[in-house]
Amino acid sequence: MKHKYLRNVVTLKLNQEKCKGCGMCINVCPHAVFLLKGDKVQIADKDSCMECGACAKNCSFSAIEVKPGVGCAYGIMVGKLTGTEPSCGCSDGNNGCC
Amino acid sequence: MDQNSNGDDRQACCCEKAGEKSPAGMINRIEIVVGEIPQASTKLTLGDKIGSWKARWGINRMNYKINPGLYCVGDADNTSPVLVTANYKMSFDRLRKELSGINAWILVLDTKGINVWCAAGKGTFGTDELVSKILMTNLSKIVSHKTLILPQLGAPGISAHEVQKRSGFKVVFGPVRASDLKDFLKAGMKATSEMRQVKFTLYDRLVLTPIELVGTLKVSLMIFGVLFILNLFNANFFGLVDFYGYIGALLIGCVLVPLLLPWIPGNAFAWKGWLMGMLWAIGINVINGWPFYPEYGLVRALAYMLILPPISAFYAMNFTGASTYTSLSGVLKEMKTAVPAIIISTALGGILIILSSLIPSI
Repeated sequence: MKHKYLRNVVTLKLNQEKCKGCGMCINVCPHAVFLLKGDKVQIADKDSCMECGACAKNCSFSAIEVKPGVGCAYGIMVGKLTGTEPSCGCSDGNNGCC
Repeated sequence: MDQNSNGDDRQACCCEKAGEKSPAGMINRIEIVVGEIPQASTKLTLGDKIGSWKARWGINRMNYKINPGLYCVGDADNTSPVLVTANYKMSFDRLRKELSGINAWILVLDTKGINVWCAAGKGTFGTDELVSKILMTNLSKIVSHKTLILPQLGAPGISAHEVQKRSGFKVVFGPVRASDLKDFLKAGMKATSEMRQVKFTLYDRLVLTPIELVGTLKVSLMIFGVLFILNLFNANFFGLVDFYGYIGALLIGCVLVPLLLPWIPGNAFAWKGWLMGMLWAIGINVINGWPFYPEYGLVRALAYMLILPPISAFYAMNFTGASTYTSLSGVLKEMKTAVPAIIISTALGGILIILSSLIPSI
């Protein structure tokens, strides 16, 4: 079952003019947001984007824009209280990975 | 000559550091062209498993790390693949346990004991750190190829094209889960779309709940302290129902909502918590005889419905940080409504509880 979060909120933008269809964004996206259609990538499932920023960071054509951040309420509260950017204070997201 | 002295430095540095803190899991040291490299076992010991369990419960979690640098598994040689990971010991253990029968190098970045994904988000599992570790470990002298395999979840911190420009090494993003590594390597370093997706299974969520509970200990003790002091003024303020009411609301927010996450209607975490908390509040009132033989007045019954749901909502909302799919924009939007609602509802409920204690007839 694919988890669903709030709709129409994420800051992800793809500039198709700049896209060369290399597919790097498809490789790094943990939520299958992108899809290769012909020789260009398109955003297929924008609401699944969690704004991790992996795609933008690895697009060598600067075709992707997203304001990366951690979706962590605790981090946001600590950030508000201490006047810093929201940052995850703990070390553990799900690390079912390596 | 120059190369030799380099090698000696590396050896001293490597042995000293590796000996200090990370004997666990090291079975040998192998000598290579630039010095000695610790050889990691691909089997986890009971100690490794206990360490992992302790970290899940928040014991020594922020200091559960190994020394950064180069390690190997099996009989790695200059053609063996190089796998990159973080120096959180659980990350390193998860990786090496999947490498039985494989000869490989493991390049451990200094992420201050934080796992790959979180460290990538912070930037410590980042381009700069990777490039500097490539240089520090003399990697280009150890392997004859120019390819690094990174966990896919390192991508928020690592810019593959930048690494190649700065170090000459090509970054290949491997699968999300270390358990897919063997298949990935067998397929000629190709990940299926299934390997590329983060899941968040019931088990994934379950193992994250202990740390949520531990995290609430301090604030819960503070709340109990305040209630206890208030009770010194008037013994009627708070009683057993309030105690188990709170504990239940907490367990709902920290354990039940995470476990039932995809099945609770709605999208916002705070909403899911509120909904479950409301069921709990109604349940408590029913247990206490409502509506036929109520043990307490209407005001107190209302108070529970105002105060318990936001407590569950608050703790459920905090699980956004542990989840694998919430965006910053989404959490900000959710909090805009949830935080004021939680504060107002809790305050109103608190006032009603005190009122009902002062005037037991209502």
